[in-house]
Amino acid sequence: MTDKKKISIVCFSGEFDKLVAAYTIATGAAATNREVTMFFTFWGLNALKKKQGHAWLGKDLLSRIFNWLMGGRKNLPLSRLNFGGASPKLMTGMMKKNNVATLPELMEAAAALDIRMFACEMSMHILGVTKDDLIDDVKEVVGVATFLNESEDAHIIFI
Amino acid sequence: MKHFLDITKETCPMTFVKVKLQLAKMDAGEKLEVLLNKGEPLENVPRSCEEQGFKVLSNEPTDNNKHLLLIQK
Repeated sequence: MTDKKKISIVCFSGEFDKLVAAYTIATGAAATNREVTMFFTFWGLNALKKKQGHAWLGKDLLSRIFNWLMGGRKNLPLSRLNFGGASPKLMTGMMKKNNVATLPELMEAAAALDIRMFACEMSMHILGVTKDDLIDDVKEVVGVATFLNESEDAHIIFI
Repeated sequence: MKHFLDITKETCPMTFVKVKLQLAKMDAGEKLEVLLNKGEPLENVPRSCEEQGFKVLSNEPTDNNKHLLLIQK
């Protein structure tokens, strides 16, 4: 067998549809024999919080307010036509109806496929989020240098 | 031992994902029969299996316009 092709996906956006796109590419790539790394930074971290709803995470007042307002996986907005948070729920219903994998199913598949999940140290520091606040799928909290080293020879996709 | 997987109701990327995860659970030498639709799954599932070093033993159309793939791990 030849060396595996590599793909690294930077999940910057914390929007429902963009995360579905990121996880679709990631799981599709891993299932077709590619080595996949996902690097979650800034708003993307919201998808990985253990607390899936609004929670007062953080170390000071501002970070606690930011985290509460952003919420977790259940509060991810649609990038267009969000309608106050109704659209992601409607979209999930449409996905189920059409036998398309939902975000939780894609996240479960990503873990089963051993996709490497990194969380960005710098943005976690700003937002006061610790590794304990994130789901166990997160392998490590790393900086950009580690991410780039680990992504040597990989296609890097920024979402 | 022969395993069976129907991915005709699945869409991208779960078509490949389910095949990959099923193969991962199996022992070397075991066979997996996959029922799939024409189009994207038929083009890509056999190819990705071969790229991963699995043998596609047969790939036959079925009466109901689907395909039956036999893969050996």
